[in-house]
Amino acid sequence: MEKLLEVKNLEVSFQTYGGTVKAVRGVSFDLHKGETLAIVGESGSGKSVTSQSIMKLIPMPPGRISGGQILLSGEDIVPKTEKQMEKIRGKEISMIFQDPMTSLNPTMRVGTQIMEVLIKHQNMSKTDAKNRAIELLRLVGIPMPEKRVNQYPHEFSGGMRQRAMIAIALAANPKLLIADEPTTALDVTIQAQILELMKDLQNKMDTSIIFITHDLGVVANVADRVAVMYAGQIVEMGTVDEIFYDPRHPYTWGLLASMPSLENDEKAELAAIPGTPPDLTDPPKGDAFAARNQYALAIDFEEEPPMFQISETHFAKTWLLHPDAPKVEPPEAVKKRMRQLSSTFEKPVVVKEGK
Amino acid sequence: MAKYIGKRLLYMLLSLWMIVTATFFFMRIAPGNPFASEKKLPPEIEANLNAHFGLDKPWYAQYWEYLVRIVNWDFGPSFKYKSQTVNDLINEGFPVSFLLGMEAIFIAVAVGVLLGIIAALKHNRWPDYTAMIVAVLGISVPSFIMASFLQYFLAIKMGIFPVARWETFMHSVLPAVALASTPMAFIARLTRSSMLEVLANDYIKTAKSKGLSRGVITVKHTIRNALLPVVTYMGPLTAGILTGSFVIERIFGIPGLGAHFVTSINNRDYTVIMGVTVFYSILLLVSILLVDIAYGIIDPRIKLAGGKKGE
Ligand SMILES: Nc1ncnc2c1ncn2[C@@H]1O[C@H](COP(=O)(O)OP(=O)(O)O)[C@@H](O)[C@H]1O
Ligand code: SF4
Ligand SMILES: [Mg+2]
Repeated sequence: MEKLLEVKNLEVSFQTYGGTVKAVRGVSFDLHKGETLAIVGESGSGKSVTSQSIMKLIPMPPGRISGGQILLSGEDIVPKTEKQMEKIRGKEISMIFQDPMTSLNPTMRVGTQIMEVLIKHQNMSKTDAKNRAIELLRLVGIPMPEKRVNQYPHEFSGGMRQRAMIAIALAANPKLLIADEPTTALDVTIQAQILELMKDLQNKMDTSIIFITHDLGVVANVADRVAVMYAGQIVEMGTVDEIFYDPRHPYTWGLLASMPSLENDEKAELAAIPGTPPDLTDPPKGDAFAARNQYALAIDFEEEPPMFQISETHFAKTWLLHPDAPKVEPPEAVKKRMRQLSSTFEKPVVVKEGK
Repeated sequence: MAKYIGKRLLYMLLSLWMIVTATFFFMRIAPGNPFASEKKLPPEIEANLNAHFGLDKPWYAQYWEYLVRIVNWDFGPSFKYKSQTVNDLINEGFPVSFLLGMEAIFIAVAVGVLLGIIAALKHNRWPDYTAMIVAVLGISVPSFIMASFLQYFLAIKMGIFPVARWETFMHSVLPAVALASTPMAFIARLTRSSMLEVLANDYIKTAKSKGLSRGVITVKHTIRNALLPVVTYMGPLTAGILTGSFVIERIFGIPGLGAHFVTSINNRDYTVIMGVTVFYSILLLVSILLVDIAYGIIDPRIKLAGGKKGE
């Protein structure tokens, strides 16, 4: 499969009064055409910063891409200027944000907000753009689009606004759609509808999607692969099956154990992971998760673990995969769902640093 | 919409009635009377004068007569300027004040908004600091001091503008600037903070993520929304310009309504004070109504109450 996006060792930091916040600390992943990658992690783990860096949307200053590459169809966008980025944003990559109540301009007609993209990137005339906007509204499942196109955001419900946002994002047929917690602000039934719509449109348009969420529950339905982020790093990445049925990182275990699920709802104590993520102004020595990790080893407080590879597609960054590490049992809720996957290597291998 | 405006007009009449009544009674309890100034008048003459102006009638009769007059847009004769009616004074003075006020409002809005926008776009850089220093000066220096400064430096020292009087356009520049300085500074600060607030909004990030250029985002998504609070400020602005003009017209010797007003207060010229107060109140109430209607048109989220529901 063709690689659409390659992120290599991305580092992003923010200059604040309290010091330099290292929000993203060496993130690498790639994304194929038509594929959906979910990025999960607690709030503050750097998901939004990572994804906004891909469009160079982080405020600079105080933000800065301090290292790494972002290759879009093989071309690094990190050195690109704002003017060059304008041709990429909305056209090659577009984005849906978390809160549909605030991400549309309240004093501009919804139709106009869609038309802006078409006029900018497709060189459409106003009339053509308006007709296309109506079509797009219909495509995202908004009834009576001829009337809706002239309305203002406050006349739309939350779910309808998110549909309108999707229409804006897909207006110019982007190759990559980044959805940053697109359903977090919506109630559960609407959530399901929006997810359904996104999958449906992806099939029609063959768009790649980066789907960001802090809720592992929705991941299984939408994603092909999952990257688990913690404290600005990807700590585990694999296919949906690998993450759900053969997780290796204690942080992933924690996320899975705290996920309400159908099978183990009887008396599963929803064990939220104790503690809070570390201060990224001064990331701890060793593994960032060590302080919250009940399985932590002595070395975890001294030295950062390398990335281990467990299968062709499965990676985890934990000392537990080291041959000398003691054998540990994941929590009960996770253990119940564990199964042997055929693709797993015989032994985890260390991925060369700085690949 | 029509229903809303009708309702508002009704409230306006009510407020006006209260203002007229309050002015009427305040005037009556104020010490002194219009003929009690320099020298004592013989009692017969004073009685005659009182009879002539209807001051000998009981208060309720005077009050009623006054209400009837105002409804007919007749503010009565001036006590002091024997041959002039209050209507004459208003007709003569108001066009001058109106011109001066408009000029001041234009300067305040145009310069204030521009300063505010520049400050916000260059947030925490020197243009921002400069604009805000100007704004603080404008807010903290009272307009009459500003007026004297302008007269001293630009008129007397440099001779660019005439010192006073009301003849050519050049004569209007200094009073208009003096009158505009405080509201201009206020608008600059308002615009700046409102711009910064809008810029921090999610929809600005959305606009950026669509690939729109900085210019388009600033003009179409930021400034428009940032100016909404400035529109709301137009009501108080009108009031500020009106009251400011009392002093400024005196300082620059401008024959406007404000100057007459001040003179008439010194003279205890009842009818002029009351007439001008009522006239100013009407002006203010109408401008506030216009601002509210304009706001409802500009901001689609505001549905003027009483208008069609939904939709
Ligand atoms: N503009 C900013 N200035 C300073 N720090 C920031 C800024 N934006 C994000 N950060 C920091 O970056 C880290 C990651 O944030 P974010 O990517 O928003 O997390 P997530 O999306 O996973 O919840 C947080 O610690 C946050 O405080
Ligand atoms: S490296 Fe150590 S601290 Fe980090 S997750 Fe693995 S066991 Fe826990
Ligand atoms: Mg986020």
